[in-house]
Formats: sequence, C-alpha cells, structure tokens
Amino acid sequence: MSQVITAEVFHHNDNAQVKRIWKTFWILLVLTILELGIGLTIYTIHKGDNPNHTLVLMFKGLICIFTLAKAFYIVSVFMHLGDEIRNMIMTIIVPLLLFVWFIVAFLWDGNSWKNLRNTDAGSRTYIEKVQPKLPAKEKGHKD
Amino acid sequence: MTTATAQPTTKLWSGGKSPFNVSYGKLMMWYFLMSDAFTFGAFLISYGTIRFSQNVWANSNQVFNAFPFTGHANLPLAFVSLMTFILILSSVTMVLAVHNGHNMNRKGVEKWLIFTILGGLAFLGCQAWEWTHLITGDHEVLVNGTLQHWGTTVTHNPWGREILFNGKEVATPGPIAFGGYFFGITGFHGFHVFSGVIINSVMLVKTRLRHFEQRGHYEMIEKAGLYWHFVDLVWVFVFLCFYLV
Repeated sequence: MSQVITAEVFHHNDNAQVKRIWKTFWILLVLTILELGIGLTIYTIHKGDNPNHTLVLMFKGLICIFTLAKAFYIVSVFMHLGDEIRNMIMTIIVPLLLFVWFIVAFLWDGNSWKNLRNTDAGSRTYIEKVQPKLPAKEKGHKD
Repeated sequence: MTTATAQPTTKLWSGGKSPFNVSYGKLMMWYFLMSDAFTFGAFLISYGTIRFSQNVWANSNQVFNAFPFTGHANLPLAFVSLMTFILILSSVTMVLAVHNGHNMNRKGVEKWLIFTILGGLAFLGCQAWEWTHLITGDHEVLVNGTLQHWGTTVTHNPWGREILFNGKEVATPGPIAFGGYFFGITGFHGFHVFSGVIINSVMLVKTRLRHFEQRGHYEMIEKAGLYWHFVDLVWVFVFLCFYLV
C-alpha cells in the first residue's frame, strides 16, 4: 500500500482497525486455550491404563490445524499481508509451499530409519523391549 | 498489444514504480523473514526427523511441568502457556504501535513500543527461568545399574523409558538429541526475541528523538513490527513442536 492511501484508509476506519486488532487477539487467545485443553486431554489419556493412540493422533492433528489458523491470523492481520497486493502475497506464499515436501519427506525418512533399525533392515521382526506396564500412577513427581 | 506507442524492446521490468506497491525496505524485510522461516523450518524438521526415528521420546508433559514459586507441584504446560500469552500480548501492543504510527501519533507509538519491549523482556525472563530449572534439575535416572541424578542438558537426557528397578519405576537415559534440539531451537528463538527487543528499543529512542516525525512517516516502526510478529509466529510453531505434540 502506498503511504498516502494507507494514511487515508487508516484515518477513516481508525476504530474499525483497532477493533480488528483486538478481535484477532481474542481469536488467538481462544485458539491457544483450546490447544492447551487438547494438550492436557492428551496428557490425561496417556496417564490412563490403555491409551487410545488413534485418538491421541487425531487430537494432535487438531492442534496442528489450530496452529496453522493462528499463523494465518498473525500473518494476515498483524503483519498486514492480507492487505497487500495479490502478487506480493504470492511471492511470499508460493516459496513456502516447499515446506509441504520438506515436512513429508523428512518425517517419512525418520520413520523409515526407525523401522530399519528396529528390524535390522527388515531381516527380523521388531519385538518391543518393554516391561509390563504398572497400573496407572501420577507422573511427573520425580523432580 | 498493438498500440502505436513505442514498446520497450525488452521484457524486463523497467522500474519507475514498485510492482507490489510497497517500499523497498518493507519488501526486503518480508524476503528476509521468508528466509528466516526456512532456517527455523529446517531446524524444526530436523528435530522432527530425529524424533520420528526414535522408539521413545521425552514426554513434554513430564519435562515441562514446573511453575515458579510452586515448588514441586505438577503443573503441565502452565508456565509455557504464560510465556505464549506474554508473546501474543506483546504482538498486539506492537501492532497498536504501528497503527499509531500510521496516524502520526508520536505519543501513542512511544507508549505501545514500551509495552512491547516490556513484553519481550518478560518473555526472556521466563525463558531464563525455564532453562535454569531444566539444567539444574535433579532427576533420578538408572545408568548402568546405578541410580544417578541428572539435569536436562545437551549431553544428558533423564527422560527416557521407565523400567522397574528394585520394585519401583525409574527412568532410563533418553535420546541424547532432546536437549540439543530443545536448547538449540528455543535458544535461537530467544536470540530473535532478544534482537527484537534491541530493535524495538532503537525504534523507541528514534521516536522520542522525533526522527520519524521529521521524516513524515513511521515506516521503520512497520518494519520492526514485521520482525516482531515473525518472532511471535515462530513461537507458535516452537510451542507446537516441543510442548504440545
């Protein structure tokens, strides 16, 4: 945005703009509290006798979605990227798409590394070396 | 196009006006932040790769369960929530400083910049406490058949799998990479917060000296603001990767 237009638009919509900033703050706060709620839910599930791993994974996915939503609000409203010209938005967003490959490829790689090590590169089946679990107990009291 | 006016012989941009309608400085700040995003992204993805390659990893709810002045109370995620809240709030005060800059309101810019700097310092203080607590912590861990007491450092990880030892559950050493990644990435982020505080302090001094008032615009505050929001943005992802999942 050019300086002149910016100053005028902001002057006319002064209150609207300040309202928008605080509205975004509340959205971010609510999303963070939701994330914490889910985080503590996962903690409770883990403490239980038979943690449901699919449920935990779903909750973790939900947290990731909330995080992306927070990132969108920070970049779009606080950093005013949403108000810029579309071409400029694209020069920022398009290179970041590289992250899609980056994350998928490397997490896949880490997982494959684990499987290869656990099975001596596929030559044997993996036997988890864990002792039978004790009944549920309060964790985190070790310090 | 078949207009009669003289066409430029080259297809390259001939200058004269900004194609994106933003100033050079702001555009370059965006590109710097994009490159910084890749740096942080590479660190976090490297951490993810190593974590995915391990059968066990430190449980964040166990590692980060302390709060200042509460002794040994088990409060998972509480302190880091406070840090997150401080950083979000300082992002709001920063955007309000930028907003006052648009309105050429010098007093407003000063007021909100001071709040932003205080927020940044509060966050750094919290991080210093958290690091100290982890490094000087005292956790029972079974090493080669004997019980030892370890803190969490780049060479020691007392948060491994728990096994039965003399009738009670004791932790064994966990993957050594945990400390390195945690202190490395939160440290790199903390360093960004620190430089952000320095940048904002310089902006505060320049605002007080009426430099921007004389210049006719507060665009420097906008650029500093972009940097500060980016620091907040990175924390959102650090919070996700180290504390939540």
